[in-house]
Amino acid sequence: MSDIMASFSILKNESIWIYLLRGVAFTLVISVIAVVIAILLGAVLALVRNYCKKGWCVIFRWIATIYIELFRNTPLLLWIFICLVFFPCPDLFSRPMLTLTSVETKLIFKAAVALTLFESSVIAEIIRGGLNSVAEGQFEAGHSQGFSSVQIMIYIVLPQAFRSIVPTLLGQVITTVKDSSYLANVATIELMARTKKILSSANMYNGTGQINVSDVFVLFGVAAMIYFIINFTLSCVVRKIQKKRRVTPRVVEQELQLEAS
Amino acid sequence: MAGLLSQDAWGKVWTYRGTFAMGFLNTLLVAAVGVLLSLILGIIFGLMGASGKRILKGISRVYVEAIQNTPLLLQICFLYYALAFSGKSIGIIPTGILSVGIYHGAYMAEVFRAGIESIPKGQFEAAASQGFGYIGRMYYIILPQSIKIILPPMVNQVVNLIKNTSCLYIIGGTDLISLTYSFVTGEATGGAYAPAYVVSGILFFIMCFPLSTIATVWEQNLKKRDARTVDTRKEGKAVTA
Repeated sequence: MSDIMASFSILKNESIWIYLLRGVAFTLVISVIAVVIAILLGAVLALVRNYCKKGWCVIFRWIATIYIELFRNTPLLLWIFICLVFFPCPDLFSRPMLTLTSVETKLIFKAAVALTLFESSVIAEIIRGGLNSVAEGQFEAGHSQGFSSVQIMIYIVLPQAFRSIVPTLLGQVITTVKDSSYLANVATIELMARTKKILSSANMYNGTGQINVSDVFVLFGVAAMIYFIINFTLSCVVRKIQKKRRVTPRVVEQELQLEAS
Repeated sequence: MAGLLSQDAWGKVWTYRGTFAMGFLNTLLVAAVGVLLSLILGIIFGLMGASGKRILKGISRVYVEAIQNTPLLLQICFLYYALAFSGKSIGIIPTGILSVGIYHGAYMAEVFRAGIESIPKGQFEAAASQGFGYIGRMYYIILPQSIKIILPPMVNQVVNLIKNTSCLYIIGGTDLISLTYSFVTGEATGGAYAPAYVVSGILFFIMCFPLSTIATVWEQNLKKRDARTVDTRKEGKAVTA
């Protein structure tokens, strides 16, 4: 019992909370940046893989296909290790900022690049699914109205494709927030890594002079709660959208039945 | 990238090919047993989620939400350290199997639940009226119909599970990724970054690519067939009207 009280006394330490919450901020910032860039990159990859089918364009299609399959079928951690060694870091990021040392900013930049590349391949496949769900007639209708192929993409196809994949994309944001914990393997910056670091020196904070099992429960419990709050909020949004969507086919079916009778 | 063409570096990888083979086998072992565990958990909690009984549904929801909304890395660290500090350590590989199994079990449960719920209610009622018990109903009537819907996302989860075996690195595992990393940073073997990463990447790719391709093909076939059946249904209605 006294162990548990000692473990909770860690949480009374204000500097530990500041340290953890900075980790949360880094987790969120990295995930958001990774998702935004991955959506842009993924949209380009999906368009190229789906529509570059003629002439010399085929080369780009092959490149996009190889890129997507390569990143989709190998683990994120491998790409983090590869980017740490081979990805060049611009000078802009190799300096101390936001309470991080220049070594840490370099590490986090490279690891975030790996995360972005990895997520972009998954998001590309999601967007491709959305593109394939747009009916062929939409293209023909667009052409008949005098739209060019690029205009059809921007004004007709992409808006419809994105509308149908919003729930899946939000689900992928949850996955990205979780995947960002893989950065804990290389640097002590985001929430997961910081929790682990506090645990490894918990004996200095809990007053009993050693690390107890209850420390594991309290510290990882706090981290799990934080992750849960972030992700559960998102998944509630997903479910709300899906529920709204599910109404539509039923209406169509009812109309069909009305017509049939 | 210069290391990619260095004969010396490739020689090093070849000399230590046993390390990579061991990592590959360990990853396969974790993945195989993990898949088995996740399937068992997935079926149990999936059936509970689709059972319509409030308590069972609630238990299944708590499991799925708690696991799906926290990172795997956190779960494996929690399991490992909780066992280690209470003096009941069960070893790294079993810890890894347990945590990936439980983590993907939550996803499998959702897959099974969605598959079962996609079957029209009339099928359940018809089966019950023919005197099938719960197990017979599920086994003979419901699961054979939903398996087509269940299989593609299930195989995708298997691919994710194989990739997620890399989480063993954080507790110092002996899976493919961890061994690759200790190979490239080791004192005697260090430096052969490019060839080592290429080899490990290829090994993962040959595990995952066939599975993810199968899943995609199945999914596309399913969509095509769906489109066809919907069309005929519409036509049929038009005819009767």
